[in-house]
Amino acid sequence: MQLLNSKPRLYFLKTVIHLACLLTAGWVFYLAATDQFGGDPVKELIHFYGMSALNVLVLTLCVSPVSRWLKEPMWLRTRRLLGLYAFFFAALHILSFLWFDLQLAFGLFLSEVVKRPYITLGMAAFLLLAALSITSTKAMQRRMGRSWQRLHNWIYLALPVIVVHFYWSVKAYLGEPLIYFAITAFLLWLRKEKLKRGLKRKA
Amino acid sequence: MLIRVPKPHQPTEADVTDESLYRQRRQFIKLMAGAGAATTFSPAANALGWFGDDEKEAAAPRQILQFKPEPRPKDLVLTAEKKVISYNNFYEFGTGKADPANNAQQFRTSPWKVTIDGEAEKTGTFDFDEIMKWINLEERIYRLRCVEAWSMVIPWVGFPLAELLKRFKPTSSARYVAFETLYDPDQMPGQRNPWQGGGIKYPYVEGLRIDEAMHPLTLMAVGVYGKTLPPQNGAPLRLVVPWKYGFKSIKSIVRISFTNHEPPTTWNLSAPHEYGFYANVNPKVSHPRWSQASERLLTSGGLFDQQRVPTQLFNGYAGEVAALYNNMDLSKYY
Repeated sequence: MQLLNSKPRLYFLKTVIHLACLLTAGWVFYLAATDQFGGDPVKELIHFYGMSALNVLVLTLCVSPVSRWLKEPMWLRTRRLLGLYAFFFAALHILSFLWFDLQLAFGLFLSEVVKRPYITLGMAAFLLLAALSITSTKAMQRRMGRSWQRLHNWIYLALPVIVVHFYWSVKAYLGEPLIYFAITAFLLWLRKEKLKRGLKRKA
Repeated sequence: MLIRVPKPHQPTEADVTDESLYRQRRQFIKLMAGAGAATTFSPAANALGWFGDDEKEAAAPRQILQFKPEPRPKDLVLTAEKKVISYNNFYEFGTGKADPANNAQQFRTSPWKVTIDGEAEKTGTFDFDEIMKWINLEERIYRLRCVEAWSMVIPWVGFPLAELLKRFKPTSSARYVAFETLYDPDQMPGQRNPWQGGGIKYPYVEGLRIDEAMHPLTLMAVGVYGKTLPPQNGAPLRLVVPWKYGFKSIKSIVRISFTNHEPPTTWNLSAPHEYGFYANVNPKVSHPRWSQASERLLTSGGLFDQQRVPTQLFNGYAGEVAALYNNMDLSKYY
């Protein structure tokens, strides 16, 4: 019964995720393009996309603990889609920085990536998300075998790196970044056994 | 100095003001913040920003000021008034750029006392209304360069700080001038709650060397766009030092002290390697975390109407102020 019911529910859930992410991304872009998004629409847009990437990534890492807790294995099947949307928002975040903030000054973009530790970190995390997204297909999973899981465990590094990127980017530290540190610590603590095993293998 | 060429056909302040539009937009953004957080399903998203974000009664209307107007410069486009009064750094009312406009509308700016003390022949505490009788107001159109690499062009109304300071006959040991913002946690949520106030020390303090304070460009502003300052812009009385990063231009001042030593300044206390005492605008001295070589000029317009312009030494006022810093290593005294 469970199996029979789960397919339409899964499609419904995925449709909701698609709509929520795409409509949000498009709507804020429209607001920013028409100067209806705060005093500095460029900064608002960059921050909004960046925070959305972080929020969706947090959500992605909540999927397996929550589905285990609620005994809803079907939810696991939304995890890849959420991960891809985290990458999608991260890409929009960087693209709007390069295009609207730096006005496509590629030289300045590269020098900022190299010179500014918080941008270097953000970029590193983005490349990691890109690698995970490219290898997220079933075919890649089959082809890569066991190394696929090893690669995708790097998601546990991406989250703290992104939170540090956020923390370093703000002028005064107290506040939201600390909440994200707490969330990150909690999500990693839930996986402490897995992470311990992984670290032991490396050593 | 700015080139002053009067052009009667140029738009007046009223043409660029549209308060109803600005209020609508605020509603809009609020709606979006909610929608955004809801769609990303994250309870933590913007959670802090929601504290105390209830729509409150609008502030007392801003008074129209009598002042000597400055002709609109032909080489500068003014930043729209709605941006000037809705995009603010005033951590006493929250760290978000829209927080001050949202949280400061009930701020009481009358009665308002200013204490002037320290190394001067005369000192005392004065009512703001009394101070206003001592001076003549004039308009000054200044570029404002934020340390965060954005800038605005703002028509302030005020008077040269020197005019006020000279009345108190500072002594020869008055080498610096220190300023202090009101400390009133009841009215300022950021002072009450460090999570909302960014964790910086309050009251906010700033300072200038006495020759900087006495410089004719250094302005005490009481108005913007022809009317009294709204609370989020530092009502009733704020400093404007156009060749320094915006955080030097302290808001809602209650105390001015002549001192014989360099006074502590808030952002310098918070992050000394990032924010110096001088904080002169300088494209060659990067902030440790971002370049200061160029800035985005906020005038009006959306994503496709942006300007990134090169940052100028002393924010373009080098002709007037560079002599203050002869033989000073500007990268050491940043």
